[in-house]
Amino acid sequence: MPSNDSPARPNRSVMARGLRVIGTAIRAEPRIFTGAVLASAVYGIMTVGSSWALGRATDDVVLPAFRDGRFHTGALVGAALLIVGVAVLKAAGVMGRRILAGVMQYRMQARSRRAVTRQYLRLPLAWHHRHPTGQLLSNANSDVEAAWAPLAPLPMAVGVIVMLVTAAGAILLIDPVLAVVGFLIFPAIAVLNLIYQRKLSPLAMRAQQLRAEVSEVAHESFDGALVVKTLGREDAEARRFQARADQLRDANVAVGRVRGLFDPLLEALPTIGVLAVLLVGAMRLEAGDVVAGDLIQVAYLFTLLAFPVRALGWVLAELPRSVVGWTRVQDVLDATGSMEYGTAGLAGDSPAGVRADGVTYGYLPDASVLTDVNFAVEPGRTVAVVGPTGSGKSTLTLLLGRLIDPDDGAVRIDGTDVREVARGGVSDAVALVLQQTFLFDDTVRGNITLGWDIPDETVWAALRLAQADGFVSALPSGLDTRVGERGTSLSGGQRQRIALARAVVRKPRLLILDDATSSVDPQVEKRILHGLREGAAGSTVIVVAYRMATIALADEVVYLEHGRVTDQGPHELLLARCEGYRALVTAYEREEAERAALDTDEEIVA
Amino acid sequence: MTAVTEETTTTGERPGGLQAAERTAFETIRHGLRLSPEFRVGLAGTVCLAVLATLGKVIVPIAVQQVIDRGLGGGVPDVPFIRNATALCAVAVLLTALCGYLMNVRLYRSTESGLATLRGKGFRHVHDLSVLTQNTERRGALVSRVTSDVDQISTFMQWGGLLVIVSLGQLIVATVLMAVYSWQLTLLVWVCFLPLVIALPRFQRLVARAYIRVRERTGDVLAGVSESVVGSAVIRAYGSEDRTSARIGAAVDEQRKAQTRAQQIIGFTFPITELVAAVAVAGVVVAGVALGVSGSITPGRLIAFLFLITLFISPLQTATEVLNEAQNAIAGWRRILGVLDTPADVADPENGATLPRGPISVEFENVGFAYPGGAPVLHDVAVEIGPRTRLAIVGETGSGKTTFAKLLTRLMDPTSGRVLVDGVDLRNVRFSSLRERIVMVPQDGFLFDSSLADNIRFGRPSATLDDVRLAVTELGLSDWVEGLPAGLDTQVGQRGESLSAGERQLVALARAYLADPDLLLLDEATSAVDPATEVRLARALDGVTRGRTAVSIAHRLSTAQAADEVLVFEHGRIVQRGPHAVLVEEPGVYADLYASWTSATHSS
Ligand SMILES: Nc1ncnc2c1ncn2[C@@H]1O[C@H](COP(=O)(O)OP(=O)(O)OP(=O)(O)O)[C@@H](O)[C@H]1O
Ligand SMILES: Nc1ncnc2c1ncn2[C@@H]1O[C@H](COP(=O)(O)OP(=O)(O)OP(=O)(O)O)[C@@H](O)[C@H]1O
Ligand SMILES: [Mg+2]
Ligand SMILES: [Mg+2]
Repeated sequence: MPSNDSPARPNRSVMARGLRVIGTAIRAEPRIFTGAVLASAVYGIMTVGSSWALGRATDDVVLPAFRDGRFHTGALVGAALLIVGVAVLKAAGVMGRRILAGVMQYRMQARSRRAVTRQYLRLPLAWHHRHPTGQLLSNANSDVEAAWAPLAPLPMAVGVIVMLVTAAGAILLIDPVLAVVGFLIFPAIAVLNLIYQRKLSPLAMRAQQLRAEVSEVAHESFDGALVVKTLGREDAEARRFQARADQLRDANVAVGRVRGLFDPLLEALPTIGVLAVLLVGAMRLEAGDVVAGDLIQVAYLFTLLAFPVRALGWVLAELPRSVVGWTRVQDVLDATGSMEYGTAGLAGDSPAGVRADGVTYGYLPDASVLTDVNFAVEPGRTVAVVGPTGSGKSTLTLLLGRLIDPDDGAVRIDGTDVREVARGGVSDAVALVLQQTFLFDDTVRGNITLGWDIPDETVWAALRLAQADGFVSALPSGLDTRVGERGTSLSGGQRQRIALARAVVRKPRLLILDDATSSVDPQVEKRILHGLREGAAGSTVIVVAYRMATIALADEVVYLEHGRVTDQGPHELLLARCEGYRALVTAYEREEAERAALDTDEEIVA
Repeated sequence: MTAVTEETTTTGERPGGLQAAERTAFETIRHGLRLSPEFRVGLAGTVCLAVLATLGKVIVPIAVQQVIDRGLGGGVPDVPFIRNATALCAVAVLLTALCGYLMNVRLYRSTESGLATLRGKGFRHVHDLSVLTQNTERRGALVSRVTSDVDQISTFMQWGGLLVIVSLGQLIVATVLMAVYSWQLTLLVWVCFLPLVIALPRFQRLVARAYIRVRERTGDVLAGVSESVVGSAVIRAYGSEDRTSARIGAAVDEQRKAQTRAQQIIGFTFPITELVAAVAVAGVVVAGVALGVSGSITPGRLIAFLFLITLFISPLQTATEVLNEAQNAIAGWRRILGVLDTPADVADPENGATLPRGPISVEFENVGFAYPGGAPVLHDVAVEIGPRTRLAIVGETGSGKTTFAKLLTRLMDPTSGRVLVDGVDLRNVRFSSLRERIVMVPQDGFLFDSSLADNIRFGRPSATLDDVRLAVTELGLSDWVEGLPAGLDTQVGQRGESLSAGERQLVALARAYLADPDLLLLDEATSAVDPATEVRLARALDGVTRGRTAVSIAHRLSTAQAADEVLVFEHGRIVQRGPHAVLVEEPGVYADLYASWTSATHSS
């Protein structure tokens, strides 16, 4: 989706970007990295050291003992200790490198995951609408993992560079010509690597994208599992998922094909170098330009190069995927559009006054959902927002609670444009109960307090007000009962009441109820609204509703049609003068009257 | 944050949750392999290539050494020999690389195919699980089971499995060679390694547990992220970004700790091989010298033996590494097996009955129901719904209406009693037949992220665009659809969130209507639709579904007034039933509800 389909970034070399990614990690964890590199260096040195120790033992102890037919216990034990001692150091090196490399890799992963998820919370709802949840899961999981994958082999690669440099220096000192021949493997590696990265990058990009799509299909399908079941579409969904999984398979195989060629070739290169050195060396030997001992030494030194080159290969092989993962993560982090906050406050605990001044809003650029909406609510009053399905009521509530910002015009609370209010200021003063109830996988208490420090008595009072105290006290662990993801273990009406309690417990200065009482009894609703108005400080209430009783409780009604306020005023007035409004709120009554008339007709006919 | 830790301890232990069968590591691997037969496709060829590639890797350095020793050892270089020998070596190197490449490609292909199958099976089974089982696991964690958990298996399958075979071969060859040189020293080496061989399974169990934790914590992270994304509006409305961020942060931290811990265990166990190897070498030096002095071994043999030990150690080290990776794969397998092993308790019956279409009758026979681990919520519900009735169900919140609906659509099975359709127990009706005949519209109209038309024909994909249009018209929704910017091609967004709540319900209703069931069950399916539209829709539905059975659950009693019969639920029992006109006259729950409803909806 939008942020993820931007492979056409400035096509800087993968290598350069990969090194930048690695550089970021090193800068973030310099000490851990240094420790890991040192540990690898110890390991590298001790690898050489262990054959040296064995050589010493053979030359100084074993052979003399055989020659003399007797042995020196002290020397023998010394040799044994030397061998074991070197091994202890080597083991310590391995251990240190592994653990530290892991620590570094996992810390970076955790860092990225926090950053990405924090960004998810910062980005506006509009952005969320465009990005499937499954994709976002993949960004936070497999992309982050891919981005930091080179960190595992990195310390080894850097640590054994010491070996590489030492060996290369020694070779250069012994015979520059042979060195040049042998060092041809480095440009060869560079070329091989370049081709590899060119070929692999687009494939890795595709694989990562498909990974996200697999996750997207899975998430959506599991999310809608109930619909899938009730319509018996399991097989079709399985086919949809399998199609994506198969695409992912093909993409991974394509990646594997390239990588499967790169790895063995990279491993072969040092040996090829040794062979080239031997061949040229032999000719130079014949010409008398070099002595046999030197050539042997150079050849051995070259075999030493194999290991560091392989270690380097591990890092290089991971780079393209890492760059892809990093780019995808970065796309999220670079996404703009987070809300700007000002510094003003909405202090006080008296009811708030609200105004909408010429508010215009559209989800899509050229289709406005609300057009020039104007109304004002005096502090402490109750206003009902009424309008047919899809007329923009919920959109209006989102604007009033500053979940979205108007394209034009302004929402003012107590005269302050909500865009000028400091972060958290609006949500502290305003409680918005959304139309779609959402509960967290948490306890009843956690769902109501949302981390605020609220005493249990207050929570119970709110539950009582929302008429939820009865069933909550009947729950197995009362307030501590976990409600399951999105509140699955509660009935629809119970969920709605918890959501109501969550709003009223905050004693908000402005309470917005977006059709939040649809499955609550009319009397209960009445009690809630009264309770709110007559509470200690009282609230200003904006309520989206259809029921006559609810509307009748309101001091004023704002009637919306197609995103415009077509009329506003007291209920009776609107009932008398606004036809659309009348049709809407008296629909049940008229229906009943018609049915009654029909019944009488039937009776008459009968 | 306490919430997160608490949650982590309860994962998988909720009553009726996902549960993998008890299996040893080996059984898990075997079972895992059996689930993906693709793993075995062309295995013989791949193994041959692997053996060749490994042989090449072993032989080439030896050959190079030989060239150096023989070609240069004599003082005068034997240039023609060197030339030929290097050419031969180069060919061997390239052949080795080629074998390596071919092996890799074959492995990638079979592994990835196997994993794709495994994902598919896991995904399918999630949908086979009953609603209740599905709800015990959070969505994000379920997703992780078919995505990242499966990914864990790939590394092991791509290099681990074969390396084990190759290493085992190396180990045997090395042992035999060593024994040829000196059986006493061979014995010594094996004695040194014996404790390791015994301890290894124990370590492995530790590693396995550590990896399982990593997988579980990863699931928790994904579940947390999923929740924060789906609930983003509520989080913003209550300014609880920081709290949510802290909750996810805690889960991320737990994951990091689990990962680090797994790495620590491996970091400690892996080098032990190194140490044991050194002890073995030292022991061989000491014992070899002792043996040599007593004349049982020559120095040449001892030195050769010392080199052979290296040949013995390296496969052992590889094996430990592979075993660790295997534990990771096993952890992944266990997670997906956790899905596959969980029985689909509400399953499609084998040889189930296919019921003929047409007027439908349903009967509840003393049905009782309790959610797993909870108190009964339905008691002794006995009711028949005749063909062509329109039934309304009303009752207080939490009185068991939705539960009744879920039993009627067999999303769950009753704990006691039976539900019969046309006289056949629902448990014996084939799913395809059942879903064709009975369709429920749940309260929150979940839509898929595609066009309006695709959503409407979700239940009947064979429907043409004209069928969709006809359905929309019949329900009286064509004005609304035409008013949308792109008509039927309008994209509804994730979960349908680009539509208003009421609009979503309209689509969900049209979707169920087009599926053309014999019994349509509406669970507050129009709760968010405005009254005028609702009345129109109810009338349209009434007209077009004549001759079918309709069951509606509603808080708006206008529905009950229009029904032939009303069922009144209270505390999980049916307390009243009869036509509206009769029930309003009787003192009781219904009369009270109705009084409250009329006072709420009438202008005076
Ligand atoms: N998945 C579940 N696990 C445990 N208990 C549940 C679960 N679903 C519902 N319940 C409980 O079962 C009882 C009946 O719930 P049900 O959803 O059937 O009520 P309802 O009549 O549909 O109410 P509403 O009008 O609020 O939708 C409630 O007390 C509820 O808390
Ligand atoms: N995220 C979105 N992207 C695009 N269009 C949207 C989005 N959300 C809502 N709309 C459109 O905006 C219009 C107003 O939607 P809104 O949710 O505000 O209606 P509503 O008055 O609350 O309706 P209801 O009574 O059904 O809840 C609808 O036509 C809807 O299709
Ligand atoms: Mg709305
Ligand atoms: Mg319900």
